[in-house]
Parts: sequence; structure tokens; C-alpha cells
Amino acid sequence: MSAIAAEKPALNNALAMGSAAVFAGLGAFLALKGVDPVMNLHGAVLAAASLLALAYIFTHPADDKSGYLDGPIRVATLAAVFWGVIGFAAGDFIAWQLAFPALNFDLPWTTFGRLRPLHTSAVIFAFGGNVLLATSFYVVQRTSRARMPGRWAPWFVVWGYQLFIVLAATSYILGATQGKEYAEPEWHVDLWLTIVWVAYLLVFLGTLWKREEPHIYVANWFYLAFIVTVAMLHIVNNLTVPVSFLGTQSYPVMAGVQAAMTQWWYGHNAVGFFLTAGFLGIMYYFVPKRVERPVYSYRLSIVHFWSLIFLYIWAGPHHLHYTALPEWAQTLGMTFSIMLWMPSWGGMINGLMTLSGAWDRLRTDPVVRLLVVSIAFYGMSTFEGPLMSIKAVNSLSHYTDWTIGHVHSGALGWVGMVSFGAIYCLVPWLWKREGLYSIKLVEWHFWLSTIGIVLYITSMWVAGITQGLMWRAYDNLGFLKYSFIETVEALHWPYIIRAVGGLLFVIGGFVMAYNVWRTVRGDVPVDLKDQPRVAAAPELRGGVVAVPAE
Amino acid sequence: MNHGIFEKNSLILLIGILIVVSIGGIVQIAPLFMLSSTIEKVEGMRPYSPLEQAGRDIYVREGCYNCHSQMIRSLRDEVERYGHYSLAAESMYDHPFQWSSKRTGPDLARIGGKYSDAWHTDHMRYPKSVVPASIMPAYPHLEKTALDYANIQDKLKTLQLVGVPYTDEMIAKAAADVEAQIAPDTDAAKELVARYPKAQVRKFDGQSPGEGVKPTELDALVAYLQMLGTLVDFTKFDASGPNLR
Repeated sequence: MSAIAAEKPALNNALAMGSAAVFAGLGAFLALKGVDPVMNLHGAVLAAASLLALAYIFTHPADDKSGYLDGPIRVATLAAVFWGVIGFAAGDFIAWQLAFPALNFDLPWTTFGRLRPLHTSAVIFAFGGNVLLATSFYVVQRTSRARMPGRWAPWFVVWGYQLFIVLAATSYILGATQGKEYAEPEWHVDLWLTIVWVAYLLVFLGTLWKREEPHIYVANWFYLAFIVTVAMLHIVNNLTVPVSFLGTQSYPVMAGVQAAMTQWWYGHNAVGFFLTAGFLGIMYYFVPKRVERPVYSYRLSIVHFWSLIFLYIWAGPHHLHYTALPEWAQTLGMTFSIMLWMPSWGGMINGLMTLSGAWDRLRTDPVVRLLVVSIAFYGMSTFEGPLMSIKAVNSLSHYTDWTIGHVHSGALGWVGMVSFGAIYCLVPWLWKREGLYSIKLVEWHFWLSTIGIVLYITSMWVAGITQGLMWRAYDNLGFLKYSFIETVEALHWPYIIRAVGGLLFVIGGFVMAYNVWRTVRGDVPVDLKDQPRVAAAPELRGGVVAVPAE
Repeated sequence: MNHGIFEKNSLILLIGILIVVSIGGIVQIAPLFMLSSTIEKVEGMRPYSPLEQAGRDIYVREGCYNCHSQMIRSLRDEVERYGHYSLAAESMYDHPFQWSSKRTGPDLARIGGKYSDAWHTDHMRYPKSVVPASIMPAYPHLEKTALDYANIQDKLKTLQLVGVPYTDEMIAKAAADVEAQIAPDTDAAKELVARYPKAQVRKFDGQSPGEGVKPTELDALVAYLQMLGTLVDFTKFDASGPNLR
């Protein structure tokens, strides 16, 4: 459809305006007829967004078909920075709440229970998701040497995704939730995301179909695996029946043990495909580009791609050790989690060894340092993960802050830093600048983040292992030694240290936002001489430039 | 094998990915619906009473699962701290399940009956009043907010649709049963207990019961907390049966 529509801008515009009008009507209907305030609000937001889209399409009928379609990528890049700062700040705020519970303010909207999903969704889906949208659209066009198909479809994907974020975030604060970790949005928000996601898949595939390169580049395998697998996980885990089609509340189709297994099949693969496969796609494009070296091993990329996506799907039950999940499932989950170590390190080795012959860049280019340290954190957390999936270790670590620390070494260290590296590459390239406003500020961002992460994960190791050991401690008479609340009191200082580490990470985020803003605005870089040639947009580099990945 | 076929055909790559990522989930999830040993045969499990279900919805709404598990693992210290390890049967009517993955606060799978209603009321109003070192948020608004149970019938109907064995009578009486559970010594309450064995009937939030008194959100939440883990008759549960873990 999109291929035909691309030939006929008038038809294309009419289709887009028709869809916007339908959604505006639906939104208005829900705003007026919805049976709870959250549905009324969401209807109004949908109607307003659709009317804005309608007005924009109406006033922009002409299509500029020259070159790559970079507008949606710029939006997603800025959105990633914006939501990133908000998501990090929300995380740090709830970290302080655990140290000082008065910060819950005794109000329903500001309790930890409602803000924690806001934090997790903001960083995973809003920050991470926008980084993935931006980079995947950038990479698939460049490595296919083809413009994305559709006049409006890529725009719909990016703005539709922002609408999803707004709907999800307002839900949590107002108390509309499915009550499943990382799958909190209610049924109507899930449906909206499904529509956006199908459009995303079609735009991505459509670009591949138009490609001028015979081979599909390795980064795109990872992006494609991420997109289709997340679609599968999202649909199956969110099967639910609304109490009313005019209200937000629904009851999931599955219950108890089957729901638990499905939830962690979803939850662990949100990590495996959203936060790993997609971000490996980033690694496979931006590391070779930035260091101007080819990917270390083609064969390794094939082997670790297929083994990674095959094994990851099995790892879910390690979240359910010693629970009411049947033991055979627990054992399968543990076994595959341990095997997963190998393909994970395959990716790490392929990323790190791409620096062969260019290790000096680590010293001279802080963007490379962000990318490389992210791969190191990836290696560390993908070693820690299999370790924690061993039942004996898990009996100590589960339910404690060790898990929280593990997640954050992956999320802040791997996902965060590889994203920062990609954003620092992308911004001058997309806005056609000679370089970043300041490479010195990247250096600051790197050290703030690194120190923040180290404080975070070490304090959570201490907290988790302390609490795990206290829970199982016995006194000389064979009684449990500590009451539960004593194990909470022991965590006060680790919680403060963690929150300080998080604060450093948040400050780093603001430094990035400032740097990106100055670069986008077009301010003259203050330290261009310290920036490598690849910091500039490709058309501004001059001379012969190696382009290994394209 | 020549990998070029995947690299040159996006649809073959797509189908290859779909096959590879489907296998694990099919092997791990599908048998749970087919193997009868997955959920133990026990006596005592029943659907939640309408008030308990309304309380459960509040529990979900407030995101209690972010800090409290409802899954006692089969480990010595957990069984001694919280009680018998949790059975799969005990959450078979839980839509959504609330096993959780973090214990910032203690497990709640068997919290029912461990503390008095007054303790829960004080605790929700200001947790530090009963646990001075508590880091839990306060929920003072729950006791001041009337429970909205206008759509309780639709809720039970929906739950029936997804497999909870509510009878048509239970659904028809849903709203009446909400009111009955806070009205002790009434005929309606006796009917409720007949429909939902072991259901506890009283005004849970510390206010006095009486004719025309409407339930608060705190009534519903405490009614839910006070029944958690109390249904299964463990004197008749054979742990060495086919469900041995």
C-alpha cells in the first residue's frame, strides 16, 4: 500500500487525513462518553493530537522526496534526550523516597507504587524506545541506501509513539494499570501501541524492500528481531478483557502460574530484545562508524545473532525460582540462562575487537569511550545475569536490591551509555554540523555517568546481599535472627549512596541535554580541534573517508 | 550453510527470526495449560468476594506489587517467616497475578489474620505509627474515599469470562454482597458467607457498621489483606502428592 501511495501524494495525504479524522472522532467520543476520568482524559488527548496531525498534514501537502527522510529521526532523537532526563530524574526521585519516605507526600499520585512504573516505562520505553526508533530509521536508510517509504507513515510512528508514552505515563499517575511489571499500560494504550508498532515494522521492512544494497547489514538483523519479537511478546502478554469498552480497567486473560510464566517470558525478553537486540543493532553500526574500522568478525556476528535470539526466549523462568512454577520450567530457565552467557559475550567480543587498530580512539574521543565502556558493562551484566539465574545464587539474590543493581548495570551502563554514544554521533550528523558543541562536556558526561553507575551498583550489591543474608540468618537457638523491619533499616545508607549515584547520572543527562541543545541550535563548537573528523556530518568531512558499514 | 539467503531476502530473514524466537515460549508456556499437575488439587479455594475483589483492584491500582511479593518460596527461612510455601492453586483466580519480584516490604501471601483491622487502619493512615522504621508511603485518603462499586457486576462478569468460576447468582448479588460484607449479623451477610465460605464480615476500617453505612476504599483493601492466604485447608493438603516441589 505504502509503495503505491508514495507515487500519489494526493492519495497519501487523503489517507493520512482520513485516519487522523477517524482518530479525532474516536478521541472525542471517548472524551465525552468514557466511564472513568482516565478514559475521558485519554480521549481528549487522542482527539487533540489527531487534530494537530490533521492540521499539519493539510498545510503541508507537498512532499520533498530528495535523499533520506531524516525529520522523524530528529524528532525521535530529541524525544530520547527529553524523556531520558525525565526518566532518570523520576528514578532518582523514587530512590530518595526509599531513603526518606516523607517524599511520598501522602498523596495518591506521588507514591512509590505509582511512580516506579513511571520511572521504568520512561527509561525503557520512552528513552530507550526513542533511541531505537531514531537509530533504526537512520541505520536502515543508510545501510540500504534507500529512503523510508511513505509520506506520513514514519512520522506517524514517531509521533504515535510519543502519544503512547503520554497515555501510559498519565495512566500510572492516575492509577490505571494492569499491575504487571513493564506491561503496566491498560488495554486501550496497548492497542494504540500495537497500531504504532505494526506501522513501525512496515516502515522498516519497506525500507529493506527498497534497498539498493544486495545484503541486509547485520545491524538490521538485530533491529528486525527486536521489532517482531517485541510485537509477539506485547500481544501475547497483554491479552486482556476490558470491563467496559468505555473504561480503562481490564482483567488479563491468564491467571496465577500461567500468567507468571507468560509475564516473565515477556519481561525477560523485554530485556533480551528491547534492551539487548535493538541496542546491539546500535553497536553494530555506530562503533564501526565512529572508529572507522570494519566489524571484527562476520562469522561471529552470524553465530551470536541466531544463538542469542534463540536462547534468550527461554530465560524467563529464572525470575520464578523456588516459586509455584513447576520445577521443570525453572530448570529449563536456569539452563538456558547460563548458556546465554556465550552468545552475549560473542556480541561483546565482536564490539570490542572492532577497535582493533584504533584503540587510541579510546583516549582521544570520549564518544568512543562511552560506546566501549557500554560494551564492557554489557559484558559484565551478561555475566552477572547467568550467575544470578543459578538457583542457589538466586535463592539469596531474588526479591532483594541485588536484582535492582544488576538491572541498572545493564540499563545505565550498557543501554544508557551506548545510547549516549549514538546520540552524540547522530546529532551533528542529522543537523549537518561540523561537530558537537563541546566534546569537553561529553567528557564530563562520561565521568559523571561512570562514577554514578559505580556508586549505584556497588551500593545495591551491598544492600541486596546484606538483606538476603539477614533474611536467612538464624540465632543460636534456631530462630530467625532478624525481623523484617530490621533488614529494612540496614539498607538506609546503601539507599542514600544509590540515590547520590543516581543523582550524578541525572546531572550527566542534563549535561547531555545542554550539549545537544547548543549543537542543534547551531552554535559554533568551542573545541572543534579536539573532535575527530567523524564527529562532523558526512557531507562536511571533506577528503576521503572510510565508510565501512555502508 | 550459506547465510546469504537470509541476508538477501528480508522475508526469509523475518520468518527465520519468528521460528527461532517462538520455540522457547511454546515449550515453556503451553504445557502449563495442559499438565494437570501444574495446579495442585486443594480444598478451600474460591473466587474473591466482591468486596475482596474491589480491594484487590485497589492493591493493583496503587502498585503494591512494586514492593510486596505474594509468593512464599519453598525455602526454610521463608516458610518459617511467612508460613507454608505458596501453592499455584492459591493464585489460580488472580487476574492479574501479583507474585511480584521485589520485597522492599515483607511478603503478603499469608498476611491475612496476622494483624488486627485496627493495626491495618493505623498502618495505612501512617505506617510509622505501628512500624517506626517503616519506609512505606502513607495512604490516609483510603479511609476517606467511598468505594466506587457501581460496576462491580461488570467486573465479576468479566472475571467469569476469563475463567473465574463466579456463578450467575454471585454476579446478580455482587453489589448487595459488597454492602453485606460490612454489615455483620444480617441475613445478607449470612447469604454472602454461604456463597463465599470463610468470608469475614465486619466493618474493616474501624468505623461503626450500621444500616446505610457505605464501604470505604480502606474497607475493601483491608478485607482483601485479611483473607490473603487463609483459604486453603492445609490439614488436607498432601505435599508429597503429585505436586511435590
